Amino acid sequence: MRSILPLQLRDVSFAAREKTIIDRVSLELAAGPRTVVLGANGAGKSVLMRLMHGLLSPTSGSVHWSGGEPARRQAMVFQRPVMLRRSALANVVYALRLAGSSGSQEVAMEALAKVGLAQLAHRPARVLSGGEQQRLALARAWALKPEVLFLDEPTASLDPSARQAIEAAIGTIHAEGTKIVMVTHNLGQARRLGDEVLFVHQGRLVERSPVDRFFKQPGSVEAEAFIKGELPWI
Amino acid sequence: MRPDPMQDIAASFAGAAALIASGDPTLWAIVLLSLKVSLSAVLLATVLGLPLGAAIAVERFPGRRAVIVLLNALMGLPPVVVGLVVYLMLSRAGPLGSLGLLFTPGAMVVAQTILILPIIAALCRQAVEDAWMEYEEQLRSLGAHGARAAATLLWDIRFSLFTAVLAGLGRALAEVGAVMIVGGNIDGVTRVMTTTIALETSKGDLPLALSLGVVLMALVLALNAAVYGVKEAGQRRYG
Repeated sequence: MRSILPLQLRDVSFAAREKTIIDRVSLELAAGPRTVVLGANGAGKSVLMRLMHGLLSPTSGSVHWSGGEPARRQAMVFQRPVMLRRSALANVVYALRLAGSSGSQEVAMEALAKVGLAQLAHRPARVLSGGEQQRLALARAWALKPEVLFLDEPTASLDPSARQAIEAAIGTIHAEGTKIVMVTHNLGQARRLGDEVLFVHQGRLVERSPVDRFFKQPGSVEAEAFIKGELPWI
Repeated sequence: MRPDPMQDIAASFAGAAALIASGDPTLWAIVLLSLKVSLSAVLLATVLGLPLGAAIAVERFPGRRAVIVLLNALMGLPPVVVGLVVYLMLSRAGPLGSLGLLFTPGAMVVAQTILILPIIAALCRQAVEDAWMEYEEQLRSLGAHGARAAATLLWDIRFSLFTAVLAGLGRALAEVGAVMIVGGNIDGVTRVMTTTIALETSKGDLPLALSLGVVLMALVLALNAAVYGVKEAGQRRYG
């Protein structure tokens, strides 16, 4: 199967109600490194990710995947997982069926086991805790064996132990060969999980650099101000 | 001497209680027909109305707003008007006259279905649309569009939809105008609770009218309690 990567954005802009939210962003995402999208609230990170994932269409510019069936080969995990009123297992099976895969029960169980939810497979998904639901969302995405996994602030509403479980699972998913693209405003998380940083400011892609360099020597005043603002003790 | 009206009411209630307790076959035949007609109409209107409501909620098409306003307005359809239109359709000279449905329970089911279809569809449309706000991104990300998304939403909010179906059932059991016109209120054939109440009241047989009124309200209460119980249990189990 041909890879859907690299993903190319050319001069992508997005406006809603006359307001420009994403302003002429061009970039290329290749397989491999974990990409973290950083920026202040309202900078346009989430919108940028939705444009990449295809949930939004650019007002101008183009989003181009390289090959195959891009819609089937990518998945997204949202800040607040939306679970269907059925068992945890059935939620994963539902996603698999939509993706056109058969024999999905075992695949679904395997995905649940990977995030430590095998015991809860037959529980109704909506009565699971927030952290469990987010792990279930990861399992649901993982079961699809996506080439690219988008994550929009996946741990923003979770407590530290739930956050750790999610971060560990993301690490494993990446180790199995899935490209990770994650939006976060948690700089610690960006350092732990990121290989490279895309820094977004007022709808523009201001800086792109390896994670170490981004924090040590940010290449733009906006990024420097953002890091200082978020981590005033540095 | 004029009879004391209070005594009249008391006597009617006593008569009604005796009639219900006696298990009078005429009374129960009427009750049974009412249930058959209205439950059939609810079943039909649910089967048609839920997909219709969900489709309008999920799809974007020209004139969608007008359709929503129209559907909401149709919730207030006067039963006699529905009765009249169905009467014209089903009468000998009408376009569907050959079916021979007029003055049969079948005609009453058709009329009540038309009457409550907008209620079930409109309430369903609102419920699905609210759910769609929450689910849209997730479902689109997973690749669920159109009919598939609508079906998923319907199943997922199934417990909320009980209320829409109950509203339809209440309307069907309570209305008198439509079934009166298309059924004809024929003794032993198309006489239901509401039409009997209207007739017997005008004839002065207050105990029969009142006993049917009591049974009707008890039935509506029991059905609502049962559905509410199922809904509660379902919501507790599935969140």
